[in-house]
Amino acid sequence: MSGDFLDQIFIRVKQWLLSWLAGAPDWVIQIASSLINILALLGVFLTLFAAISVLERKILGRMQNRYGPNRVGPFGLFQPIADGIKMLIKEDIVPARADKIVHFLAPILIAATAILALGVIPYGRNMTPFAIDGGILFFFAVGSTTELAVFMAGWGSNNKFSMLGAMRAIAQMISYELPLIVTTLPVVMVVSSLSPDAIVAAQDGYAFGFVPRWFVFTPWGAAAFILFFVSGLVESNRTPFDVPEGESEIVAGHMTEYSGFKYATFFMAEYIGMFAISGLGITLFLGGWHAPIRALEVIPSYAWFFAKLSTLLFVYIWIRATLPRTRVDQVMNFAWKFMLPMAFACVIAAAVWHYAGRGVPGWLWSLGVIAVVYFTLSILLDTRKKFARRTYRFAE
Amino acid sequence: MTPTLSIFLAVSAALFCIGLLAALSRRHAIFILIGIEMMLAAANLNFIAFWRFSPEPHQPTGVMVAIFSIAIAAAEAAVGLALVIAVYRHYRTTNVDQLDKLKG
Amino acid sequence: MNNVAFILIAILTLAAALAAASLPKLIHAALSFAVTFIGIAAFFFLLGAEFVGLVQIFVYIGAVAVLIVFTILLTRRDDEKDRGFNWGGVAIAVAVFGGLLWAIFKTQSLSIAAPQIETLTVKRIGEVLMTGFVWPLQCIGLLLTAALIGALILVMEEKR
Repeated sequence: MSGDFLDQIFIRVKQWLLSWLAGAPDWVIQIASSLINILALLGVFLTLFAAISVLERKILGRMQNRYGPNRVGPFGLFQPIADGIKMLIKEDIVPARADKIVHFLAPILIAATAILALGVIPYGRNMTPFAIDGGILFFFAVGSTTELAVFMAGWGSNNKFSMLGAMRAIAQMISYELPLIVTTLPVVMVVSSLSPDAIVAAQDGYAFGFVPRWFVFTPWGAAAFILFFVSGLVESNRTPFDVPEGESEIVAGHMTEYSGFKYATFFMAEYIGMFAISGLGITLFLGGWHAPIRALEVIPSYAWFFAKLSTLLFVYIWIRATLPRTRVDQVMNFAWKFMLPMAFACVIAAAVWHYAGRGVPGWLWSLGVIAVVYFTLSILLDTRKKFARRTYRFAE
Repeated sequence: MTPTLSIFLAVSAALFCIGLLAALSRRHAIFILIGIEMMLAAANLNFIAFWRFSPEPHQPTGVMVAIFSIAIAAAEAAVGLALVIAVYRHYRTTNVDQLDKLKG
Repeated sequence: MNNVAFILIAILTLAAALAAASLPKLIHAALSFAVTFIGIAAFFFLLGAEFVGLVQIFVYIGAVAVLIVFTILLTRRDDEKDRGFNWGGVAIAVAVFGGLLWAIFKTQSLSIAAPQIETLTVKRIGEVLMTGFVWPLQCIGLLLTAALIGALILVMEEKR
């Protein structure tokens, strides 16, 4: 029972807070409940954003064989405070011929849609802030509104770099929306529900007694998770796909003309978008808040969720430290020619898995489908002939 | 005053007429498309309102028609905007008053 | 249904629609057009059709509004303001509005209150789509494919 107490501790705190309003009419209690959810969500994720802004720089630094920031506070961990103060006291420069309203609203909208998307992810047992029936669709609907906000940022700055950067960013985001959504289709099909709570509940239990029933351990789930993760990388404009905001490419793309707190808002929106996509990936494929081993189920569910989230964020940072930037036409090619057919193959493989009985034969058949499509695509999209034989001019 | 069906229909009629206003009184081709999209959305609102207030809501016919209507409106917007771009490439104008080459 | 919510959403939607129809600068009109659709999606949520509201946000704001702003960008002239406003159109629109209102409020059978219904789940919509409405679904698929190919051909550059 102590496990249950620690697991549900936040729910109990919220109910204790709501018990102070016991006599109020119904709509007051609903609004208060929503407000508590929102404040908790904002508190947790803004702290996580501050932590990851310094941890990313330290991890990047260590991977590049140097220390990261280590002056402010013990091991440099108070760096976000210094960054925050710097951003707040910087002068807010707005270009003279910029469209003031659009220029002002763009960072607000981008941050708002990113934070909205966080609301439907189950963080623990009974801990989904807003549990609606079509949660996955809500997530994608809100994510697709980000494109309009990016366009507003690019257009409102009245700057050719911004406009080009915004167009590139939107083209990239629209191209990768399709693989992102099609890779969630197998999961929705198998669970037959769009609600994130139902999807997490369907990954409960252990097959053969010790293998968790997470979807990532099925062939279609593993392939779909990899595709989802790469699409998430692109949607958050992270390296290797950060052409829209690479400094050596286009200054800062659609964020060129923003300074001070508005730039910090863009920065925050990008990281919160990362959190949201990772959270959705964990919900869909990695079993949500379930523990991987039966013996470790005493650890609270939200601790497992944040452990998985930290692992995924570490992989994001690791990829950033390791891979160079791709060219923008390579990015588009990859999306339309490889990822979309592979995503459809995952849908078919999930159907094969389901109708072959969901056991070992189903596993092998769906692995066969994915392998066939993968090798066909790699033969069809053969790029070997495009590179000439490398010759050296001097060091023969 | 709970919103009755008449109130919802009045709101969607207002939206339809604002869309009609945009489609009839502007000279830029894209504004006219915006007006048409608004009219389609007002009709969708009508469908959903009638479904909600109907005596048999277990048959989600109104919802289905609205979903299909949204899909059709998106397809029509895409083709309409492609037409606007194609016309702009030839005539360098999007003012529909100036597209009168077929006039006798 | 909450009256306060209804009044607020109605004011937001109609104000944004009026702004979209009458603002001189095209980009501002396109952006308030997007706000109108958020308002309409809120109406759908109020009426209990959440799936349609989410599809509306996804399709209209995520796709149609982005298409419109891209087209505005690609067909930009130096004189961005829309010259010429046809007041005859206003007269017709007001007349149509008057006619519709008269028709609505004259019909007695429309002044009904909302009955209590069970929530429409996405599962039910999926069932109906695959059983009763499967032919319209296939036709919509064909229509969208045709629209996609048509739009591509219209804007493809002609080979010299």
